[in-house]
Amino acid sequence: MTRVLAPLILIAVLLAGWEIACRALGVAPYLLPPPSAIGMALAQSWPLLLGSAWATLSTALLALVIASLIACSLALAVSLNGLLEDAVRPIAVTLQVTPLVAIAPLVTIWAGIDHPERAVTGLAAVVAFFPIFSGALSGLKAIDPDLSRLFDLYGATPWQRLTRLRLPSAVPALLEGHKVAAGLAVIGAVVAEFVAGSGGSQGLAWRILEAYNRLQTAKVFAALLTLAVLGVALHATMEYLERKLLNSWRGR
Amino acid sequence: MSLASLSGVEVDYDRGRALGPIDLSLSPGEVVALVGPSGCGKSTALRLLAGLEAPTRGTVTRAAGKGETAVVFQAATLAPWLPARDNVALPLELAGTSKVEARAAADEALRKVGLGAALNARPAQLSGGMAMRASLARALVTRPRLLLLDEPFAALDEITRRALADDVLALTAELAPAVVFVTHNVEEAVYMAGRVVVMTSGPGRIAGEVAVAGPLVRPPGFRTTEVFRTAAEAVSTLLAGAMERAA
Repeated sequence: MTRVLAPLILIAVLLAGWEIACRALGVAPYLLPPPSAIGMALAQSWPLLLGSAWATLSTALLALVIASLIACSLALAVSLNGLLEDAVRPIAVTLQVTPLVAIAPLVTIWAGIDHPERAVTGLAAVVAFFPIFSGALSGLKAIDPDLSRLFDLYGATPWQRLTRLRLPSAVPALLEGHKVAAGLAVIGAVVAEFVAGSGGSQGLAWRILEAYNRLQTAKVFAALLTLAVLGVALHATMEYLERKLLNSWRGR
Repeated sequence: MSLASLSGVEVDYDRGRALGPIDLSLSPGEVVALVGPSGCGKSTALRLLAGLEAPTRGTVTRAAGKGETAVVFQAATLAPWLPARDNVALPLELAGTSKVEARAAADEALRKVGLGAALNARPAQLSGGMAMRASLARALVTRPRLLLLDEPFAALDEITRRALADDVLALTAELAPAVVFVTHNVEEAVYMAGRVVVMTSGPGRIAGEVAVAGPLVRPPGFRTTEVFRTAAEAVSTLLAGAMERAA
């Protein structure tokens, strides 16, 4: 009980301090709005924020699906062919270390200036790609060497080796990769929205930008808070799914 | 006619000679223990006999085909995503036996090792000893002519390993495969084998052999008999000599 209570109390104390300090020192609301103002902003614009949260989330999830399909097939192909792995690795690493923001303009051009939502999805997918790819690849290669020897001993065909040893062995790493990728896809979607704009589908980053341009700092905070809640909820969901699936894989 | 043999076999790794030259011949139905210090090439010799590794020089002959050879490793090496019965059925299924038949044979093999109540248990739900029994069932389900055990009890406690040693002897009595058993426990080697081969390291060579008389399903109290003590002493002496030469 105290473990739940302790962070709640800390948050309450911090919020109270913030509120009192803002009022006592007469801080301008555009500089730092008090928590009460942020609460008001949240109460006023929650339908809009909820819609935006859904826009960001659905973009991130779509990006996750796209990234998963590409990353898993590529990892599978690469794991079956050592030469292909040697060929792909430097390109993959180069792409991975290039900051997302830096490639956003290019992707925006390719997606078409009229379709910023495509660019946002594409950029989020790029970010989500790597954890899935490296998770899948290391999973496909992390085989118990003795189990692999047994497959040799019993004369397993390459197909049996793939379907009955490599793919099931990869499950834990795949789940971990998808969990990390889901979080990154949201970050990717937000960053991409900042850079590419979001056109028809106005995500949370768009709300932040909009409020920032009007110096409605309380609304910026409200959107930020929604984003944080979205991130936490997604992380918790993915963690729950990972645990459930991993337990059924292990039979617990 | 020997079931499998190594003659003049040498194995080189990057660091240099790891094993050999050694000569070792196995007759059908005999139980041989390979004893020696770590790094003496016991496990390499086992993998050569299994056909899982090729020698750098020398010849390995195997009358027992790949499908007639079974290996039990130091860890139970069960697939964590499969229930015990599917783990045991795996070798048969890989060889093309139908799922129904393979499962029936697996259930039978698991009952024989005392895991009849754990057919659907996953490896994570089994204790160390139970997992090792399942691993043993998987090795025996193919009715091998050659059974290779690579320190199978090393990770278990003393009481479990003694019980499992008796079980291995009892279970193999019916099928009578040739058994090669790697261990660094002298007493275990003498208890389980009719012939104890002592190996020395740097590079791995055979230092000598000790024959252990008596039926292979050991009578109770075998560990206190004169036969056991004499053989254990002979093995210890050979091992001490081997260690001295290595040092």
